[in-house]
Amino acid sequence: MSKRIMIVDDSVTVRQVLRLTLTNAGYDLLEACDGEDALNVIAGQEIDMMITDLNMPKLDGIELIRQVRKCKEYRFLPIVMLTTESADDKKQEGKAAGASGWIVKPFKPEQLLKVVNLIIG
Amino acid sequence: MSHSVTETFREESLELFSELETALLALEEQPDNEALVDQAFRALHTLKGSSGLVGFEDVAAFCHEAEAVFELARSGQRRVDKELVSLSLSALDHLKEMLSACFEGAVAETEQTERLVAAFRAFLPDEETPDASTAPLGGDELNREGTIYRIRFRPGPQIFRRGVRPQLLLQELAHLGEAILVAQMDAVPALDELDPEECWVYWDIILTTRADENEIRDVFIFVEDDCELTIQVIDDTGLLDDAEDYKLLGEILVEKGDLPQDALEQFLSDKKKLGETLVEAGVVNLDKVEAALVEQRRVQQLRRQRHVAKVTESIRVKSERLDKLVNLVGEMVTVQARLSQLSSARSDGELMAVTEEVERMVWDLRDLVLTIRMVPVGGMFSSFKRLVRDLGADLGKDVMLVTEGGETELDKTLVDRLNDPMVHLIRNAIDHGIETSAEREASGKSSKGILTLSAAHVGANVVLVVEDDGAGLDVARIREAAVQKGLLSATAEPTDREISALLFEPGLSTANIVSNVSGRGVGMDVVRQSIDALRGSIEIESTPGQGTRFIIKLPLTLAIIDGLLVNIGSDQFILPLSAIEECVELTAKEKALAHGRNLIRVRGETIPYVRLRNEFALSGEAPEIEQVVIAHLDRGRVGFVVDHVVGEHQTVIKNLGRMYQDIAGVSGATILGDGRVALIIDLTQLADVAEKTEAKHCH
Repeated sequence: MSKRIMIVDDSVTVRQVLRLTLTNAGYDLLEACDGEDALNVIAGQEIDMMITDLNMPKLDGIELIRQVRKCKEYRFLPIVMLTTESADDKKQEGKAAGASGWIVKPFKPEQLLKVVNLIIG
Repeated sequence: MSHSVTETFREESLELFSELETALLALEEQPDNEALVDQAFRALHTLKGSSGLVGFEDVAAFCHEAEAVFELARSGQRRVDKELVSLSLSALDHLKEMLSACFEGAVAETEQTERLVAAFRAFLPDEETPDASTAPLGGDELNREGTIYRIRFRPGPQIFRRGVRPQLLLQELAHLGEAILVAQMDAVPALDELDPEECWVYWDIILTTRADENEIRDVFIFVEDDCELTIQVIDDTGLLDDAEDYKLLGEILVEKGDLPQDALEQFLSDKKKLGETLVEAGVVNLDKVEAALVEQRRVQQLRRQRHVAKVTESIRVKSERLDKLVNLVGEMVTVQARLSQLSSARSDGELMAVTEEVERMVWDLRDLVLTIRMVPVGGMFSSFKRLVRDLGADLGKDVMLVTEGGETELDKTLVDRLNDPMVHLIRNAIDHGIETSAEREASGKSSKGILTLSAAHVGANVVLVVEDDGAGLDVARIREAAVQKGLLSATAEPTDREISALLFEPGLSTANIVSNVSGRGVGMDVVRQSIDALRGSIEIESTPGQGTRFIIKLPLTLAIIDGLLVNIGSDQFILPLSAIEECVELTAKEKALAHGRNLIRVRGETIPYVRLRNEFALSGEAPEIEQVVIAHLDRGRVGFVVDHVVGEHQTVIKNLGRMYQDIAGVSGATILGDGRVALIIDLTQLADVAEKTEAKHCH
């Protein structure tokens, strides 16, 4: 069965790039446009990985990661955050919140897939 | 002296020619491949140098002209194109002629030389001819196997909580090269205190890779802050000392900080193996010692390889000497068999011990000598590239040659004797099998025909396949021709497979035009004869519209086989062991059950058998309980009934004289330890013969 990845980003373009790359590589997707939306969509569903942006309206990525980690079933969920090169403190903050790794925007499809492969095999 | 130098040069030049030809033909497909350009250049360069050395100056001068153009291509100033490849191929042919004239002491015609030289010069830029002699040769092959790193990866206990899976990181690491992992468990708490959501295991990894340290660190990038990661270079090609021995176990442990120096010294005074002593004393645990030993072994292994690679140069030996060597070993196997027999008759313990030692050595020697004669079939395959190209051009067909399994090894004699039959099959495939581009396109295939040559080991045999993706055999036409020639009765209803097999009968050719390439009705039968003579077999498979496959099955070697020695009355026979699966008893009761038919039931399966006593018309009474040797043949399992099974026998194959060559069911003979002769049975043939006689009786 193909692995299921949830992508969370407020930018339609970013979501589209993620969607194209990941579906082409054979992954199933769940999509959300911000943290709040993500928590609603995920609602106890089984997923293998989450990729989330950090700066989002309503509920931002850091808070999303914290909330998700609190749920028992997502304690060990691999979560990758999308950051920009400059935001090193954000990266630290994200890690402290429980992110497994990060991808620096802008990224190439192969970079994305490499990270996904490293994180969920 | 000068004679032997020219002789060496003659051999060398043949190799260089084939190298050059391979490179040129490959360049035609991939003109931008630098390695190929380099290969062509080097071959020309070497030819130039060597021919100058033996005094063939006109040859050297000619090579220089061609080399100059390839020099340009090598430095990227000129692209290799079809024109250059074609010119170079004609130059190659001309070179061959020039050289053979030189070897005869004659002078080659100069007209063609001049024409070709002019053509090569036309490729050069106007200003000047570059000086090719300054070109550096050969690539830098240093650092091929890479560097060995010692890595310790100790993730923090909370690593799982961040969704990180250490096993994936280790997996990624293994993708970088060759990784040997040793898990360290000493930090894992006792079971009642263990929190399964925490990670206490850590790993020592010995990684051999060409990647640099940064690439290794990249694997751990997401966990860098939450883990303890040390990466050390422990061996680097040619940079550190190149001794075969690596550090001692104690040194490694101390260097890694797993063991204090003074503790090491204290334990070294002990005589036991250091590792055991340390573990017993509880100073270092078993996993740590294991990791250090893995490291030691890996580095030693690599260094040894490197050492071997340095000294394994080849030497040239006349194949005639090898043949003599094989013959001698064959004789030795025979003599040794005799020695074994004598010594076992004498029950002298001391003699027996020596005999067994000799026996083991002779077997080792036999295996070694046989491997010396093994050559990869790839050499033969690549010699067909030119043939395929030229034939395709002659017949106006676009044919691509694909080769697989070129590394498969086969006895040199076999390879040599396979050449003619293979050439014939290839000609046939291109002439009759593959259609013209127009026909192919009309039937929806790609316009380029594909001819595949492949080789593979299957059990004790090597299987060679010549396959085309052409129209396949026209079974109806073959049948018609066979009926006309009287090979088949008009009323017979053979299967397609049986009809295809008729192609190997003498005098049958169905090609509607007798072209100058093939199709004169001599050929396929000759092919089968040559394969038979090599103790092999050949079969055809064909699918209409999709192509034809010729499958050649050959023994690995011609000289010596493992056989099973059996008795019938006072006669001895050898059955080739490779096909034999088991031996079972045949009792009178069993015979009665089969109601006079030659069938035996073995674990529920009914197997037909052949009585050797009947087939060879041997006199005497069969014993009460006979033995059935069951062999797995192409047709299925077949039993061979003998009086007694003696045992395994190293069989040196001797050919029967011309008089006995055509006896079906016997492939040769061997001399036993006591000097008697045993016939070697060809199981497949014998089963065929028996089946035919049986069929006659039934009618």
